[in-house]
Amino acid sequence: MKVTLENLTKIFPNKNKSGSEVIAVNDFTYEIPSGKLIGLLGPSGCGKSTSLYMISGLQKPSSGKIYFGDNDVTELSPEHRKIGLVFQNYALYPHMTVMQNILFPLQNLKGEDKLTKDQMIERAYEVAKIVQIDEFMDRKPSELSGGQQQRVAIARALAKYPEVLLLDEPLSNLDARLRLQTREEIKRIQTQTGITTIFVTHDQEEAMSISDEIVVMKLGVIQQTGKPQEVYDNPANLFVAKFLGTPPINVFEGKVEGGKVIIGSDTVADAAGVADQEVWIGIRPEGFILDSKGTMNCEVQNVEVMGRDVSIVSKHEGSVNPTIRSIIDADFISKLKGTEAKFTIKKNKIFIFNKETEERIRIGE
Amino acid sequence: MVDNKQQWKAWLYLAPALVLLLIFTVWPIINTVRMSLLENYSGLRAAAGETFKFGFNNFIQVVKYKQFVQCLINTILLTVLTVPISTLLALVISVCLNSIKFLSRFLQTIFFLPYVTNSIAIGMVFAAMFNIVGSFFGTQNEIITTAGIINNVIEFFGGHRINWINAGSTYAANIAVMTIYIVWNALPFKILILLGGLQSVNKQYYDAAKVDGTSRWRVFWRITVPLLSPMIIYVVITGFIGGFKEYSSIVGIFGETMGPADASGRLNTMVGFIYDALKTNKQGRASAAALILFGIILVVTLVQLRWSKKRVHY
Repeated sequence: MKVTLENLTKIFPNKNKSGSEVIAVNDFTYEIPSGKLIGLLGPSGCGKSTSLYMISGLQKPSSGKIYFGDNDVTELSPEHRKIGLVFQNYALYPHMTVMQNILFPLQNLKGEDKLTKDQMIERAYEVAKIVQIDEFMDRKPSELSGGQQQRVAIARALAKYPEVLLLDEPLSNLDARLRLQTREEIKRIQTQTGITTIFVTHDQEEAMSISDEIVVMKLGVIQQTGKPQEVYDNPANLFVAKFLGTPPINVFEGKVEGGKVIIGSDTVADAAGVADQEVWIGIRPEGFILDSKGTMNCEVQNVEVMGRDVSIVSKHEGSVNPTIRSIIDADFISKLKGTEAKFTIKKNKIFIFNKETEERIRIGE
Repeated sequence: MVDNKQQWKAWLYLAPALVLLLIFTVWPIINTVRMSLLENYSGLRAAAGETFKFGFNNFIQVVKYKQFVQCLINTILLTVLTVPISTLLALVISVCLNSIKFLSRFLQTIFFLPYVTNSIAIGMVFAAMFNIVGSFFGTQNEIITTAGIINNVIEFFGGHRINWINAGSTYAANIAVMTIYIVWNALPFKILILLGGLQSVNKQYYDAAKVDGTSRWRVFWRITVPLLSPMIIYVVITGFIGGFKEYSSIVGIFGETMGPADASGRLNTMVGFIYDALKTNKQGRASAAALILFGIILVVTLVQLRWSKKRVHY
């Protein structure tokens, strides 16, 4: 099921003394292709959950339209939207067993959708098998681990054969190891069922790793959409560049002068065709190459060995942060001599941004 | 944990409370057991130097006493009637209060008012509502009678007035009045507890139910009631304990005669029986009755707790 959002806006009337309203989601227009896994990504308060709840129908948009396929569902109540929703804390009914939890939505079905008892149990086992919890059917949620509860919640959401599956921060309540495992699980379930799935997360790594497409949001406004790698390689603005990637991008204050990108006294890249101006410069950690003829001079503070890679923590006068971090293949670390590191910068790993608008300035366009 | 060296300090701080508890709670309980086991014990005669022999005679006497059986029936009947009604009503009212926004604070206060009102005062008002009274203070000095507000309402709708609490009234009418009064009196506390419970229920359960298209009725019985079950069992248990201690409500409506003028003592309760025994200086009998009441409450509570373990979640 294709989901289309058209100028979706949500305004909350503010209850505080200033009386100003809060625009949680501002003019969200996006088409979610059928059968894909989409990650809504952004820091807390960016409106990603509000967007999800508007798609679910639990919250009404202030303006704009939501289409499922070609049907306008904007005014439709949640139960008629054929969605499955997994809450951040799962909202499993604590007094019911796993079986009863999964059966609960099925028992609500009316009219022609109504199932017999046997059909319901069959369906419950079917979805339980998909998420691999069929051996825990008689347990209460409190007797399950976080990851298992998560899977029960997904099974409950899948039981009604939804056309759209919505997941609110599906991994935030899990420990690091389980998170890794569960996100693969979500990807597997999504691929297996082919249900259009939208999930919300503040963790860029999570979104990047499993999404077919990501939507990066900030303060209710869409910053950029696209395939994770494309967005990472081609950030539209400084916010997106900073938000994606671990370790995060290194940001410098610098300028473009005579077609060159200059940080402090170092000329680090070409910027042919860009007018002279003050800019923000972002360099991905993996964009540094140790090179004795390099033009970027950094004062090495620390070298962190991570096995495959080595992380060089160094200082540069133009850096916005106290230190900059560059990741170098361990084989090349022998090139580092003394406390001064000379780098050349990979062309596709350096981005320049307008000082005022923080929008990307594309080089050579 | 307090380490050993510091423990004496903890005991020191606890001492004032402990001393008071020992004098006013622990000793009276022990003394009650002692008095109940001394045959025909009377405080006055004990003060005069009389000794009493040890035995279970007090208990046998209490149980054989006809008035005691009536008190026991009254107490159990009122408890069994009022606890389920008041619990169910409180549940419905709390759910309604919790689901409205407009006036909800105001209505909460209204529903809570009986809790801070003296129960004898409430009893007098209820008595006035049900009482049929006459007086000689009309303009022609004729007898003016009023059937009470409740009967006026009944007559307004074409019914016949009922003798609720006056001489000649039936036992059933008396019990009906007591039930209404006790339920009304018991509501605020129950609403307070259940409303508190409702407000702490995670709203996402309801969102989840909404996405699944759950009917209101099903949400109430399958989600709200089970999630509230710890609070419900709490108000039921305290309700039963309160019900078995019923006394002042009867006094409030009927006065110390504990019944209509022509049938005094008809609505007497267990606690009333204990007071009567104390008034006539039969402390041995009173103690025995108190211990029987304690035993009943203990058994009922244990049964409820046992039952609730199977039914109450968490």
